[in-house]
Amino acid sequence: MTDKLAQPFQQPKTADAAERMVENVQGRSLWADARRRFIGNKAAMVSVVLLTLIVLFSIFGQSISEYDIETIDWDILGNVANAGQPSLSNGHFFGFDENGRDLYNRVVQGSRISLAVGVIGALVAVVVGTIYGATAGYLGGRVDSIMMRLVDIFMSIPYMFVLILLLVVAGRSITMIFVGIGLTAWLDMSRIVRGQTLSLKNREFVEAAVATGVPTWRIILRHIVPNLLGVVVVYATLLVPQMILTESFISFLGLGVQEPFTSWGALLSEGTKTMNYGMLWQLAFPLFFFVVTIFCFFFIGDGLRDALDPKDR
Amino acid sequence: MLNFIIRRIAVAIPTLIILLIASFWLMQTAPGGPFTSERPLPAQVLANIEAKYGLDQPVYKQLWDYVVGILTQFDFGPSYKYKDRSVNDIIAQGFPVTLTYGVISFLVAIIVGGALGISAAIRQNSWLDYFAVGVTIGAQVLPNFVMAPILILVFTLWLGWLPGGGWNGGQWQHIIMPVIALSTSYMASIARLMRSSMLEVLRSNFIRTARAKGLPERTIIWRHALKPSLLPVVSYLGPAFVGMVTGSFIIDAIFGTGGIGYFYVNAAFNRDYAVMMGLTILLGSMTILFNMVVDILYAWIDPKIRL
Repeated sequence: MTDKLAQPFQQPKTADAAERMVENVQGRSLWADARRRFIGNKAAMVSVVLLTLIVLFSIFGQSISEYDIETIDWDILGNVANAGQPSLSNGHFFGFDENGRDLYNRVVQGSRISLAVGVIGALVAVVVGTIYGATAGYLGGRVDSIMMRLVDIFMSIPYMFVLILLLVVAGRSITMIFVGIGLTAWLDMSRIVRGQTLSLKNREFVEAAVATGVPTWRIILRHIVPNLLGVVVVYATLLVPQMILTESFISFLGLGVQEPFTSWGALLSEGTKTMNYGMLWQLAFPLFFFVVTIFCFFFIGDGLRDALDPKDR
Repeated sequence: MLNFIIRRIAVAIPTLIILLIASFWLMQTAPGGPFTSERPLPAQVLANIEAKYGLDQPVYKQLWDYVVGILTQFDFGPSYKYKDRSVNDIIAQGFPVTLTYGVISFLVAIIVGGALGISAAIRQNSWLDYFAVGVTIGAQVLPNFVMAPILILVFTLWLGWLPGGGWNGGQWQHIIMPVIALSTSYMASIARLMRSSMLEVLRSNFIRTARAKGLPERTIIWRHALKPSLLPVVSYLGPAFVGMVTGSFIIDAIFGTGGIGYFYVNAAFNRDYAVMMGLTILLGSMTILFNMVVDILYAWIDPKIRL
């Protein structure tokens, strides 16, 4: 080791030694290190593959089917339990729902909406929460205590009530679900980010930025926020399934997505109603996609936490 | 301690006021009054009805009357949809049901989850531990609206052991499935928290001292390790309570138990603003009060919080 350091330009004798030397010379960045750990995590990698498949399914699934989400097959109505079973031969891969519509296309469409709500909701929450938390933490003092006290107050309001009230008053629509979920989801994020910011703001590089006269908002955006990225990424991944769960909850009650559109929650609710009549497939298919997706996000989030958590070093 | 309690109450009161004003404001801005229907009423009739319900008063006066009504007589006003029913009647009918299975679920989640977590931590890396960890991971993806249909499928449709719904005056057969569906995911979270905090406490110095003194394992766990390891669990009780209150909507929807959630969701469909608002304020203030109690409990266990 010391020998190598003393003679850095020594010619490598074998390819193996060369590789070892390159490893010694190249520093491992935080992200390269994290990537290596993450790839080593089997559960997380399997989840990434499964999740990619589900996302592809939700985007391109419709193109391999000749049906759509709202056309009713009148021949089958009233006899769906016997004649509407999943079948590869007639192109209704997942069978029919109780109204004689093609379930495959409805599951594709439901997956698209649920995933979109999850990802966009989490993104909004992350952006708002990060900026809010970083600002509060960096400014400190009275501003900080007022901002965080506000978060405390919002957090102790049971948000599901407010969300339902909002949906009833402003009309049920996907946009309103985004707004309603986004309104409350950033609170946790802002707390976490604030805590991290407090430990960052007295570091030398921030002092250097202050000394060279960088404006405060720029310090927050250019110096504080990038250093929070690890924590933010982990919690964002764990936020997505929470958003999906919330949306499913609302849609299960019938207060969310409106016909003819659907989502996992709405599909599950329909499946629950018809399972008594022997139409188990109507529950099984949405349930499968829902459970697999939530599982995947949890495992990926766990994997990322193991990969990025500096405590583990 | 007293200081902390006073400070905590000082947060709870503005929260309550914000909840009250926010829900009242939402109701006011809602499009279409409660008496707008497809066939418009004659203006005089509408004015009479509005005068009866006090809707012709200025908004601040309405809000004031509403609050005074709740505080002095526990009166949440009349329902706008059902003429023979006030919000109080609905609460009287649905609340005991929700309270029954809610309290049982809460206790089940704490006791079973806590016991599972502690025993997993004591026998770390045994089959019991792996079982507990497996259950907690599995239950994370089984929220109540997934759990409930599966339970009905297995125990009602396949095995035929339990009735698939209804309340029937709270017979035990009708309580089992709602309780399992409602408590599972919280039970799992409590078990996970309990296990990890117990493991952490069991590695700390004062436990090593206790072991060195030669205390029996039982005394070490119950006398020394339990109280400090309860902290994360206590802080989780608030969110668990909120989750169970909202989860009761699903339980009522699937099992037809006829609790508060049934009326709430129905009111949401019928735009029965008076019922929605009354129930929001009742359940909301219960949640806020419960969170306050949990925080005070937390401060009582861990003196560092009081500062």
